[in-house]
Parts: sequence; structure tokens; C-alpha cells
Amino acid sequence: MSDSDNPANVYEVTQASVGYVPREQATQALYEALGFRCGLEVHQQLKTDKKLFCRCPAGIYQTGDNFDAQLVRHMRPTLSELGEYDGTALMEFKTRKNITYRLKGETACTYDIDDTPPFAMNRDALAIATEVALLLGAQIVGELHITRKQYLDGSIPTGFQRTAIVGIHGEIPLPHKTVRVLQLSIEEDSCREVSDKGHERVYSTDRLGMPLIETVTYPDLLTPDEAAQAAQHIRFINRSTGKMNTGIGAGREDVNVSIEGGTRIEIKGVQRIRWIPELTHNEAFRQKALLDIRAELHTRTPDATQWTLQSQELDPSTYTRDLFQGDIPEALHAINLPGFAGILSFFTNPGRCFADEISDRIKVVACIEKPNMLHSEEAVLHVDWTAVRNVLSCGDDDAQILIWGPQADIPTAIETVEERCQMAFEGVPNETRKALADGTTIFERVLPGPDRMYPDTDSAPIPIDDARVEAIRAQLPPSISHCLSQLRAWEIPQDCWPFILKRNLFGLLKQLIDEQGLSPVRAGTLIGHTLRRISGDQPGDCSWIPRLARELRSRDLSMDLLKILLPAAFASQESNFEALLKETGYVRVSAPQLQAQIPFLKSQFIRRPRRQTNAAMRNWIMGQLREQALGNVSLADLSAMIDEGVTQ
Amino acid sequence: MNAEKTKGYRGEALETLEKFAIGVWDDVILKTMHGEFRGIILPRSEFDDSTHLVLKLSTGYNVGIDIKKIIEATVLGSKEAHYKIPEKEFPVSPDKPYVKLLGTGGTIASRLDYRTGAVIPAFSPGELYGAVPELADICNLSTEKLFGVFSENMGPHEYKTLAKAIGHEIENGIDGIVIGHGTDTMHHTASILSFMVQNSPVPIVMVGSQRSSDRPSSDAALNLIHATTAASTSDIAEVMVCMFGPTSDEYGLLHRGTRVRKMHSSYRSTFRTIGDIPLATVTREGVVPLRHDYNPRRNDRSVQIIPTFDERVTMVYYYPNMHPDIIDAIVEKGYKGIVIAGTGLGHVNKPIYPAIERATAAGVAIYMTVQTLWGFVHMFVYDTGRDLMAKGIIPSENMLPEVAYVKLAWALGQTDDLDKVRELMLTPICGEITQREPHDGYLVFQGGMPEMAEFMKTVHK
Repeated sequence: MSDSDNPANVYEVTQASVGYVPREQATQALYEALGFRCGLEVHQQLKTDKKLFCRCPAGIYQTGDNFDAQLVRHMRPTLSELGEYDGTALMEFKTRKNITYRLKGETACTYDIDDTPPFAMNRDALAIATEVALLLGAQIVGELHITRKQYLDGSIPTGFQRTAIVGIHGEIPLPHKTVRVLQLSIEEDSCREVSDKGHERVYSTDRLGMPLIETVTYPDLLTPDEAAQAAQHIRFINRSTGKMNTGIGAGREDVNVSIEGGTRIEIKGVQRIRWIPELTHNEAFRQKALLDIRAELHTRTPDATQWTLQSQELDPSTYTRDLFQGDIPEALHAINLPGFAGILSFFTNPGRCFADEISDRIKVVACIEKPNMLHSEEAVLHVDWTAVRNVLSCGDDDAQILIWGPQADIPTAIETVEERCQMAFEGVPNETRKALADGTTIFERVLPGPDRMYPDTDSAPIPIDDARVEAIRAQLPPSISHCLSQLRAWEIPQDCWPFILKRNLFGLLKQLIDEQGLSPVRAGTLIGHTLRRISGDQPGDCSWIPRLARELRSRDLSMDLLKILLPAAFASQESNFEALLKETGYVRVSAPQLQAQIPFLKSQFIRRPRRQTNAAMRNWIMGQLREQALGNVSLADLSAMIDEGVTQ
Repeated sequence: MNAEKTKGYRGEALETLEKFAIGVWDDVILKTMHGEFRGIILPRSEFDDSTHLVLKLSTGYNVGIDIKKIIEATVLGSKEAHYKIPEKEFPVSPDKPYVKLLGTGGTIASRLDYRTGAVIPAFSPGELYGAVPELADICNLSTEKLFGVFSENMGPHEYKTLAKAIGHEIENGIDGIVIGHGTDTMHHTASILSFMVQNSPVPIVMVGSQRSSDRPSSDAALNLIHATTAASTSDIAEVMVCMFGPTSDEYGLLHRGTRVRKMHSSYRSTFRTIGDIPLATVTREGVVPLRHDYNPRRNDRSVQIIPTFDERVTMVYYYPNMHPDIIDAIVEKGYKGIVIAGTGLGHVNKPIYPAIERATAAGVAIYMTVQTLWGFVHMFVYDTGRDLMAKGIIPSENMLPEVAYVKLAWALGQTDDLDKVRELMLTPICGEITQREPHDGYLVFQGGMPEMAEFMKTVHK
């Protein structure tokens, strides 16, 4: 690579050669050319009184430093049911983490810390999961088999998550296509991470054991926007039951992305649907970059099986703190990567290059906190790379890195560097990656496979009774597709739709239209604009809104008042209608009383230094009377009245 | 169809397999009234119903299919599970102690049993080394599987076999013995071995696990590491139980075989020393004794093996309203010894008295223990106690009920002379009766107290 002499340029040159464009400029054709495919795993907490496998109260959270007791565990890999070790399990074992669980007496019991076998599955949770499976049009299984899904990161004290398939083969009807659903499962939620530094990882157990459902789609989503749209639709379906927890962390998406020639990469813990497009867009290009790197490496080193690195221990005390951007470490090693010149600064994501792939893995696998390395293709003042090259006796096509950290972690770190570089010859390694708010991702762990599944020997299968399924089917809420077509038919502005569906307010909308006689557009904007604005997107229980409408109707007041009453009613949760009415400054005025003011207002207008047109006069008078008219005369009637008065 | 192909299926489910010519491990597409399911047919637990078929989907999940809804089945191939812990030859280094692991069953190493859906034991030095490679840093391990039974099925035959095997290993020069055992009755076996194997020159460490080794959070590996460490390096040459101290993966406790009891149905730290303090703590770094009045390790091989056990001994857990015919029935059935777990200081109600008189007259040895577990039998404090002693009941100091039971069976196995039995019973052999109860031998903390809250928060338990 000719630019290898000028490493600063490599990032830009490769960003261009990979074909990266910002998402706003990306077209559907570009994603097609990449072979972009995406599937979703949408997790949603269920609103139940108790946790899934124990009788702890559900949904009570503490801050990470509020706990009654702590305990420590280590995780070891075990064999799967079919007799194989899972790759993730082996990687996590290599990391040798001390895992500390913090527990609070009111939210965690001995089940949560794996000192008591599971109790019978929460039947309310199972009913909700069945309801969602039916809403997805899935086939409900004949018998629920609780399975252990291994997680050696410690996020669950047992080392596995109890999970079971409720339904398979459903679908999500987007307006322009149908997305296939692979399965819907019910499972227990994991711990919340408090901190993860070096070999110490701390979890809080309050969220642990909360009932969750997971909706898994096939990789049918062919653009980033489509992925977000499908996630939104799944959220609407979940929320339409009215039986979901809301708030931060109650709904989370794992997003699987691959491109042609790439690998399925799971981006975990996407907390907001609106992050999905940027994350998937960037991941597609990261994969494209890794494939380009592979091609380049193969031209330089045709036989990848022969590739190894060379490392040399250096004396860290001969370097300054500036180099390490921190304390002088216990150990420092120089590593030569043959044939990697120009690869380390190769673009992978906005602001990130291949060297970050290595550094991320050193942090996760060898538990060495960042900064943990420097490489020969970044502009650093404190390293004499020529000296380093001499120590390692490198060739021109080689790249070098310095890694440092605790002595005990260095062998794993070197192994990790070698492993990641060898993987570069294969393309895109199987990984789960953690979503960052800037739309990029970092390595989290090796992607687990089906080998991490094991039957739960602590619990018997649960037969699913047909009659029970049919009883749930009979009570299903209207489908989201039905709701969407109804919203369209009612001509409710589209910007109202997400709020109405996300907050499960379709029922309220229908009630206002059908029972209180509001026009669809008025009812739709009342909810989708006014209520959304005043409630800060958290409307809570809205049963007071139809009550308010009923009061207006019984007093023969105009529904225009509803919009004015709403903020005061929401703020005070006041049920005394007269008091509310007073608070808004409403005064009863009859149509003739309004009409009688028009001649006086006309005379006032004529004295004003304004353009004296009829239209201007009309608008001004309208402005003067509007407030008085609200609740007394409809704006349409007032407008007609003024038109008449102006032209007289 | 051969039995392997229909493992665990019966009734209608079995008929369905036969009808569609499908079987266990077949990769199939099942067309049902509710759509298609594809997966591998798994064996079924024989305790589950006969109306569902278990399928492992490609995602690794298992689901049950209602057999009545299956319309059609297509076999695409088959994939049989080969559950095998990777076996590696256990490395030998001459400078490390030689430890023998005697297997009795239990969950120290285990695998899935499709017949019952539960876990069954797996065991060999190679398998153990494959699963717990750290063992090779501790000792040269060899194993012998004496029997494969769950701990509730341990009995006199197994006790005797075990005691003799221990004697044999000691004679052959072993540096320490580890016994893998199910946890439910580990303390029964620990106490009988304390009587059957006397004056051992090496540690005899019993170990098990509360979470089976097929789960990542299992305590099996660390318990085994602790037990082999104790067997290799401990100066305490007694029969001991080595299990978790706290529920955290921090340290193990070595409990004296006659003072230990399983006290929680599922906790990791279920074994507690009762009425005394444990012998030592053990970590990967080694054993730290908590006391010094133990039988120390020696170089000689002069162990005494007394493998006797009379099965005509029983234990009665007294409750108010107990009728005398219970005792009469035991005597009628020919039992030679009864251990009573009495209330308080060692009491039973008056209506039982005549039955006790009849029993002692019939030559049945009756010993009193306390169901409070902690504390001594004190039969002089109340008249009830004096009456009972007058009727022939012998107080057994602070022997735990289960310990008194196995000791009485052991003693009656040696002699029918009740005076000799009495002498054996009341002469402490290895801490089953202590001269004194230390002030910290009874520590059952109550949660909720401010000082305990502070303790729980700062110390991992």
C-alpha cells in the first residue's frame, strides 16, 4: 500500500476505498450492493406482580450502591446437551473475572443468587407471552420446555438464563412487506452491571429474574430504516396488550447484522429504536472494511496458517508516564505483526480503525483497562518506533504495537492479539458487540451458538392447554395493522401515530370518537399532539380524558374546551370539573353575545394603523374573540359569524 | 423399532413415533395442524406425559409438540448427542502428593440423564482433569469408582466397602483420600466412617456439590479443588467434610465428620459444624486450622478399620402425642437399638413410659439425643428426665441424633453386650461427644438486626 509511508492518510484513503458514506447519503441501492441483512431480537419486560421463577416483587429498582449484602462467584464452562463446549463460554473462562453480586433484601431472594431451585413459572407472565405470540400469529408450542441458555459473563448468578419457546413462525406485517418471526420466548431478565474494571465485575440483582419476552425475527430487514420500522412495530404489538413495563431498560433490542461475505454480528443492548439505523449502517461498513482487509492481507501473506507474531518484553521503567497515559505498568511488550503495515489504521467505523479491534479485545479478554496499547501507525510523540523495529527485527511491510498491563495478564493479551490478527485473514469474526450512543460498537464477546443451550433439569415441561390459548385468543386487542389502517382511514396526522400506538392509546382514541362523539382528527391530535406535549411522553392512566369529555357533553359545552382543559387536568389530576373550568378562566358566553361584539371590534380595527382589507379585519376580530368563543361556539361557527359581520 | 430409537416414549407418543417411522436423534420436519416444526427428536424423560414429543430446534431450544396434532413427518437425517467431558490424561509429577478419589456417586461430576431428565454422575481422573485442570497443580490424582449411587441409597454395605477401601489405600501409602459423595446423607457417611476408620495417618476428606457440575456456577470444581488441597497438604488426619463456608466462591470449611450436618435443602454453604467450631478453612492456597486439638498427620500406616454395622437400629423423632405403640412396634419387629431425638433437654411424654419399660426389658438399647441439635442432653434437670433414665434410657451427651444412630448401629455390630455397647457409645472417639461446648459453638444469626445488616454488607456470605 503506497500510503503506508504516511499513516495519517491511511484512514481517509481506506474510508473512501471501502465506500463509506454517511447514512443520510446512503441509498437503498447501496445496501443492496452490500448485501445488507438485519434481524431483530426485541426484549420486553412484562408487567407482573412477581418475578418469573420466584416470589420476589417485580419492578423495584435500587441504585448500584444501595445493597444489603454481596457475594462472589466465578463461572466455568460446561458441556451443552449435545456434548460440546460453547466458544463464548471458553472465552469468558479465559477472562478470569471475579463477579460480585449486590443484593437488596426486598428485591432478591435465595433463588436469585442460585441457592434455591426455581419455583413454578409465573402463570401471569406466561399468559402475557402467549398473548403476544398470538398477536404475532405464531404457532403456540404444545409443551413449554424450560431451557438454560449459558451466560458466562456472570450477568446471571446461575451462569444461565432460564428461557422457553412459547411460539414459533409468526409475522410482522409492515406496510410494504411482511417480516417473518422466528420465535417468541419467555425468559428471566439478567442483572444490571454496576461496574467492570480489570478482573472485577459488579452486578446488581434487582432486575434479575424479571419476566421478559423476546421476539426474534428472521434477517428479513434489508435497510437500516426498515430495521427500525420493524422494531417499532414489535414495540407497538407488545404495548397493545397494556401489560408491559415501560421506562428505561424495560425494552431492549439486540440487532443482528450481516453483509454479503460477512458474518452475523449481534449488536446488544440497543436501548433506543432510533439508534438502530446508525448502528446497523456503521456495522455494515465495518464488515465491508474487514473483508477488504482480508483481501489485502491475502495478497501479502498467501498462506495464513503460517502467520504468527513476534513479541519482545521491554523494560517499562525506561519509558515515561506520557507513553502509557497513566502509571508505569508492570509489563510492556513490543509486538511485530508481519505484513500488517497500513492495516492497523485501516478504517473500520467513523473515528475507529483496525487497531481498535485489537485494543477492545485486550480489554475484554485479558481484562487490561484502556489505554492498553499503541501502534506504529498513529501519531505518538513518546515512542521511538525505529528502536522498537530494531528490537523486533521487522520488515517494511510489518506493523508494530506496544501493549502493557499487569504481568499476569500479558500472556492472555499477546494470545488475544495473535488470535484477532489471525481472524483478520478470515474476515469478520463471530462477535457480539456493544452499542454505543454515537452509533458505533465495541467488541463484547464471542457470539454464542446453539451449543450453549441445556435443558433445565430443575423444572418439568409445562403442557400448554388449548382451551387456555383459545381463551387468550378471544380477548386479544386489535392488531397493529388494523390500528394503522384505521388511523389512516380516520386521516389522523401521521406524527400522532407513534405516540398513540407506543402508549397503547388506540382504545382511548376509539372511545373518544365512538362514545364521546369527537371527530377523529380532533381526538387524534388531542392525544398525539396535546397530551403528548403536556405529559412529556408519559401519559400514565388516561381514563380521566373520556370523563372530561363526558362532563363537557353533559353541560352542552363545546369539545374545543377539551384541549384547554387538558393541561390543567393532567397537572392537577383534578376531578372537580367546575374547579378545572374555573382554573382555565372559562366564562359562558352565548353566540348572540359574541355576535354583538363584532360591530365594536370593527370600529376598533378601522382605527388601527393596519392594512384595511376585509381579510385582515376578519383575522384580527377572530383573534380577539377566539378565547371567549372556546367552549361556547365552535371555531367554524365563529368564523362564519365574523365573515357575516365583516361584510355587513 | 429398537428401544434406543424410542427412548423414554410410551403410550400414544410411542405409537406416533412408530406410525411415522421416526425416532430419537432424527432430524425431522413435523407438519402439524398448527404449522411446521423442524428439529431433532430428543429422548423423553420417563416421568413426563405420553402425549408430547420433544424437539430440539436449530436455535438450541427444546419444545414439546402435541402428538395428536402431527399430520406428517419427514426425516432429513440424524444427529446423536455424544455427551463426553473431554478426557485428558492426568499428568503425574513425583514431587506432588498422591491422592485417591473414591467415588460413591453424587453430583461432583455429572451429566444429563435422558431417562429421568435429571443429572447422573460421570467420573474418571481424565474426565475430572478435563473439567477441572487445576487439580493437576495440587496432587497426583487417581480415582476408583466404588459404586454409583445417590447419597440417599448409601447403606451398611457401602459404608463397610468404603471403610475397607480406605484402609487399603492407607496401607498402600496414599497421602490423602477424597471421597465424592452426594450431599444429602454425606454427614451420615462422615460419622460412620469416623467410627469405622480410626487413627488414620492421613486426611480423609468427603466432598460433594450443591449445584451440579453441568452448570457454570457449580460449586463442584471449587469444592474438589479445596478437598484435594486438604487431602494433599492438611495436617489434620481425620474424617472431614469439605464444603463451602459462605455461599460465595471464597473458602471451604473442613468439618469434623461427627459434628457436621446438612442444614439447608439447597444452599451452597449448607454444611455446618454443630455445637463446636469447624476444624479449618481451606482455599486454593492451603488449609488454615481453626483449632489444634485434632489428630495430626503421621507417616506410619497403622490405621484401624472396624467395619461393623447392625441394621436393627432405628431412630425416633419424638413429637407430642406420640403413642406408645410406635415403640412397641419397633420392639416387636426385632430392633435392638433405638435412638430418640427428644424435646428440650431430652424428653418424651408420660404415656410412652410403659413402652420404654417394655423395650428395655426386652433388651433393646435406648439412647436419648436432642432434636434441638445444639446442646447436651440433661436428664437430671427435670423429673421427666430422671424417670426416663430410671426406665433405662441412656443420655448420649451432645451426640447429634444421626451420629448416635450410626454409632449405636456400629457398636451393636460389634457386641450384643449392652454394657459394652454403653461403654462404646459414651466414650468419645472423634469429637462426637465433646467435654465442653465453646461459647461460639452455637451461632445462628438472626437477619434484620442492625449489627447483622452491617456484617452482611461488609462480609461476603
